[in-house]
Amino acid sequence: MRKFTQLEGLVAPLDRANVDTDAIIPKQFLKSIKRSGFGQNLFDEWRYMDHGEPGQDASLRLPNPDFVLNQPRYRGAAILLTRDNFGCGSSREHAPWALEDYGFRALVGTSFADIFYNNCFKNGLLPVMLAKSEVEEMFAQADQFPGYKLRINLENQTVTRPDGKTLSFEVDAFRKFCLLNGFDDIGLTLRHAEKIREFEAMRRIEQPWLFAA
Amino acid sequence: MAKTLYDKLWEDHLVHQENDGTALIYIDRHLVHEVTSPQAFEGLKLAGRKVWRTSSIVATADHNTPTQGWERGIEGIADETSRLQISTLDANIREVGALAYFPFRDPRQGIVHVIGPEQGVTLPGMTVVCGDSHTSTHGAFACLAHGIGTSEVEHVLATQCLLQKKSKAMRVQVDGVLGRGVSAKDIALALIGKIGTAGGIGYAVEFAGSVIRALSMEGRMTLCNMAIEAGARAGMIAVDDTTIDYLKGRPFAPKASQWERAVAAWRNLKSDEGAYFDAVVVLNAAEFGPQVTWGTSPEMVTGIDGFVPAPEDFADPGKAEGVARALQYMGLTPRTPISQIKIDKVFIGSCTNSRIEDLRAAASVARGRHIAANVKLALVVPGSGLVKRQAEAEGLDKIFIAAGFEWREPGCSMCLAMNDDKLEPGERCASTSNRNFEGRQGNGGRSHLVSPQMAAAAAIAGHFADVRALF
Repeated sequence: MRKFTQLEGLVAPLDRANVDTDAIIPKQFLKSIKRSGFGQNLFDEWRYMDHGEPGQDASLRLPNPDFVLNQPRYRGAAILLTRDNFGCGSSREHAPWALEDYGFRALVGTSFADIFYNNCFKNGLLPVMLAKSEVEEMFAQADQFPGYKLRINLENQTVTRPDGKTLSFEVDAFRKFCLLNGFDDIGLTLRHAEKIREFEAMRRIEQPWLFAA
Repeated sequence: MAKTLYDKLWEDHLVHQENDGTALIYIDRHLVHEVTSPQAFEGLKLAGRKVWRTSSIVATADHNTPTQGWERGIEGIADETSRLQISTLDANIREVGALAYFPFRDPRQGIVHVIGPEQGVTLPGMTVVCGDSHTSTHGAFACLAHGIGTSEVEHVLATQCLLQKKSKAMRVQVDGVLGRGVSAKDIALALIGKIGTAGGIGYAVEFAGSVIRALSMEGRMTLCNMAIEAGARAGMIAVDDTTIDYLKGRPFAPKASQWERAVAAWRNLKSDEGAYFDAVVVLNAAEFGPQVTWGTSPEMVTGIDGFVPAPEDFADPGKAEGVARALQYMGLTPRTPISQIKIDKVFIGSCTNSRIEDLRAAASVARGRHIAANVKLALVVPGSGLVKRQAEAEGLDKIFIAAGFEWREPGCSMCLAMNDDKLEPGERCASTSNRNFEGRQGNGGRSHLVSPQMAAAAAIAGHFADVRALF
């Protein structure tokens, strides 16, 4: 997994609540058996005027000029500003894959759906939760100032605005540790292999019906 | 100290805990389907890792599978990418093994959340995971069950564990008695209407109260299934006689020698008297009737006797804007009575509502009636091959067909439209599925979530109709 330490990135504001993972990456793109290449279909139904299907040449498609990511001022955005309950619905990890593949490295918003939040950390993508008033201000600023950037420092757990105001955010120590180091958590878990085996052996004795084979 | 059911399940699976509370939780049952597993199997292979315990795996193909033309086999699936995903699952499971695998066209194949309980591979006290958010369904059996992403699928394959932080506990208590024509689906929708789709974020929800105790296992599964739509990864219900009666004799349920011992252990799977919940929500069955969603989020819901709201009804400007956007997408005008909204298609199926009881409920409304002329397609997609055969043994297929419905092969079908069953742009559907998101059932499609009886009533009337008037 790619490390996440610090990031200074252009902010794209996606001003709607309850953005579901079906909207982030529609079902027809879930048929791929790969982890990569989802970026060009990120927010497909909002981003393009024509209907998207796998295998299309994105350069031949008709972008929706009203959609935020198609506006020239947000080209190259690395931080997506979001609202309540972002990533709700389906557990598809294709959603963070698509965000990451598009070029996003962090999300800043008020709340994220549980499964999506978890999936982000597995892909080097940092979801940052801030208070509603703080996010509200950022939406106003991102709209007002073209080229609006935020600086995120994971070690210090801070987000710094262009005007110098610094905000703190919470993140689980373990998740932070994995992200800062780019650690594969399977490797970390397997350090406890012996403990897992012992637990399993005990369970097999106490509740043998759970181990039908 | 008095413990919640969630506390008990958590503690019974706790292998290890980090200082910050991040825990390693042992996973008893791993359900696998074709859409969210290929990258996990590939990752495992690339890292040179082995599957920790193959006998925890139960696999099936359900998301992509067609609901007709089965006689042509996998070659009958026109979409090459769907075919590849199904054959990749096939190859992966044949290579690593599984406790059970129900491939495409197997008589027991079906939606993973229908076949788990049906086969008795979902048992009380288990942790159950699957790369699918509706894994919460299995919580109906007092399991800790939730959806996971593909990286976590790989993690469970490799380690038999999941890294987790304990959620907060919420108790949703449903008191009273459900009226006729009001079902578990309506409880779920009424709850989401009350607490919102973000209301359950960070919580594991236990459903309790007299209404829950009176629900069948099918109803309980419907309710736990929709917990994720309220934002809660996991929903759960304590064990009682209904649970045990359902499981007895299932193919993978404990055999005679272990049955009594298992049942004795399962009897403890309930919250202790006085256990602490971080949040409590109380619903009274007298307060809601059959529900119909009108927007693009399950929280945009009202009763069949209600009206489409106007954006200005909502004080929060963000919410008002969301409602305006939803009404535009849905092609609805504020103040329209719900019962005047005409539909084009009907879908009865999905992991929410495709079990035998759901089909019986819908058939009881369709019996001796016919779908309206404006309904272009009314699909009934049973949840599994066994549900289908049971329904046919009871003659439900004949009732549906005589009423103008199509009787199809099992699978996820038009709940998420990965196969050929989908809405065309602008088409309006009464659907027993779980998500009315934009484009969910087909690009540009308009979904209204309802119970099986309400879907059947809408099919007959050609618009939403109060099923209670049809009895």
